[in-house]
Amino acid sequence: MSIKNMTEEKNWSGQKLVSTDYLLFEAPREKHFMTGSEVLKEAIKRCTVDASVSYPITPQSEAAHLIGELWAEGYVGLYFRGENEFGVMSEVQGCAMAGARTVTTTSGPGTLRAMENFPTWSGTRIPCQLVLMARGINSPLTIQPDNLEVSFLLETGCMIWYAENVQELFDMSIAAFTVAEKPDVHVPIITAVDGFFVSHTRESVMLPADDIALHPYDPYASPLPPIDSEMPPGRFLRDPFVMKSNYISYATHASWQWEVRSAVERSKPYARHYLQGLVHTTGDEDAEIVFVACGTATHQAKEAHRELAKLGIKSKVVKLRTIRPFPHQELLEATKNAKYIFVPEFNIVGWLDKEVTQSLYGKTEAKIVGRPRVAGGMSMPAEAILREVFENTNVKGA
Amino acid sequence: MSVDIYKINPEFRDIMPQEIIDLEDNATWAGESVEKRGINDLTDKKEILEEHSLCAGCPEAAALRYILAALPLPEETIIVNSTGCTSLMFPHIALHTVHSMFGNQNAVASGIKRTLDWRFPDKTKDVVVLAGDGATIDIGLDYTLQSFFRQEKITTICFDNEVYANTGGQESGSTPKGQVFKMAPKGKVFDKVPMWELAVTSGCQYSVKLTASAPKKVAKVLREAVLIARELGPTYIHLYTPCILEIGLAANEGLWEMKEQDKDRFADFKYVSPEAEAYLKECKKEGLL
Repeated sequence: MSIKNMTEEKNWSGQKLVSTDYLLFEAPREKHFMTGSEVLKEAIKRCTVDASVSYPITPQSEAAHLIGELWAEGYVGLYFRGENEFGVMSEVQGCAMAGARTVTTTSGPGTLRAMENFPTWSGTRIPCQLVLMARGINSPLTIQPDNLEVSFLLETGCMIWYAENVQELFDMSIAAFTVAEKPDVHVPIITAVDGFFVSHTRESVMLPADDIALHPYDPYASPLPPIDSEMPPGRFLRDPFVMKSNYISYATHASWQWEVRSAVERSKPYARHYLQGLVHTTGDEDAEIVFVACGTATHQAKEAHRELAKLGIKSKVVKLRTIRPFPHQELLEATKNAKYIFVPEFNIVGWLDKEVTQSLYGKTEAKIVGRPRVAGGMSMPAEAILREVFENTNVKGA
Repeated sequence: MSVDIYKINPEFRDIMPQEIIDLEDNATWAGESVEKRGINDLTDKKEILEEHSLCAGCPEAAALRYILAALPLPEETIIVNSTGCTSLMFPHIALHTVHSMFGNQNAVASGIKRTLDWRFPDKTKDVVVLAGDGATIDIGLDYTLQSFFRQEKITTICFDNEVYANTGGQESGSTPKGQVFKMAPKGKVFDKVPMWELAVTSGCQYSVKLTASAPKKVAKVLREAVLIARELGPTYIHLYTPCILEIGLAANEGLWEMKEQDKDRFADFKYVSPEAEAYLKECKKEGLL
């Protein structure tokens, strides 16, 4: 396998190169039945990925194995197991800075071990993708689903998207490369799913054929030159090294951080197109009871909505698909009739509740209830959500 | 492309700083004649290092000049650095360089090297890691050794000043036993980490310990290390560049200190794998050395 096999029409593995719009919206699809880990393999297979670095940690290991198989099958350019997540994310940085379309996966403790890398990724404007299969954080030791780790990533300067199910993981992880690589965006993207609930659950998914794939990444459209000695300027330090004690260096550092966050904001129009909206709304449009959630908590909120409907109580579910950038405008619009906003979450700190509360501060009359919160691997039955509704509103349950 | 990226757009030539013009007009690039670069260029050619912001008389600055003058293919060389005194020089190097973080230099370099080999299968691209003893041996030890285990085709150079100098003089793993430094107020209690030996047991094809007292020797070792890394696997250079500030020497005493240590802690150590030995002979025949 060699990059030299790539032509204008085909990538190095012989797949026909197509636009993201064609791959996501136009190519005929067939029904398959697979897990989140398996569907990620199918997505990466169609993305002309140059590089992937892996490390084992439950529940993302299988996804990482399957990307390795893609390398063995000739779809991914280079692949290896790194020494630990800190090393892996640094290796990913090296790959991406040198001009590779790069993907990796991790979970929970791995995310925290790698932490220092994420703001460095965004600072050096690499458009790599981390697929995060969220898992609890020690201690006590846990391997169960829990998305507390996402709260640590919120201010890293990376984009964060959240997929609800296997189908969304497929479509999002393809769109993620395209949006992250836009020259006016060009920041890393974290595509999150709830571990086990999505990574290990087999669902029906609609997939396009696997003989088509995205056009390759063009590192020369990057806002910063790739580190390959092929592009001016010759004297170039890839990350903004401004460690001098003077006003200019402080101002440079500050403006660089602003620019990274502005780049994340600039992804919104692209994300609206490729994700078909930063939020998805289901249920009764004019409902006074609104559930705002992301990931599989949305699925459970929809379950609660169905139960409420049986009682004749109107409700609606607002699914946030992008967390960074945060969809302020869409959230405000979707909650304009709300009297009660519930934020069900798979963690104990309520990071999404804080995001929603802050976003709507001074703009809504609704009472915001940051519950239920389940964690440590516990499930979120619709009853847990309904109980919050009955305790916090004047509607009556059966 | 490579050396072309140093060519100035004629439209902008009149507003370019002199040092950039000099890079085009009077720096030594390898081109087709690799054997022509070397220490002798330091006298009259434009250097790849544009001044620097280290202390007056710092042996590290001298060592970096020797290294950059001796790179066999600078226009195709990426240098990866880490936090510390060396990082203060990096913005002054006229090559594509990366700083990244503290200790992850060999991991970043691994990703860069593998990607360049993937993207440019017909080109030679050298990746050289240059970091201090704290970065290489303490905080980054795992990443240093793991890159050796994986047989990454990169050259790792440790500028060993036996102390965390940039943060104000704390003990490092490379500090000799008994030395009093900050964080070791009663003297260091364990031996200097023999990194050059760890490099051998961890799979380096070439590991050399020396001081920067003799410029031509540094240049020769650097050249051998880069050529071997290109073809065979990881190479390691452990170079004494004392922190004259932290051990109480004057600006003109660095060379003397290195010469002293040539006979002591930095007495010659050189390991060359049999494959590397054979390859070096080939290189000599071809005039690369």
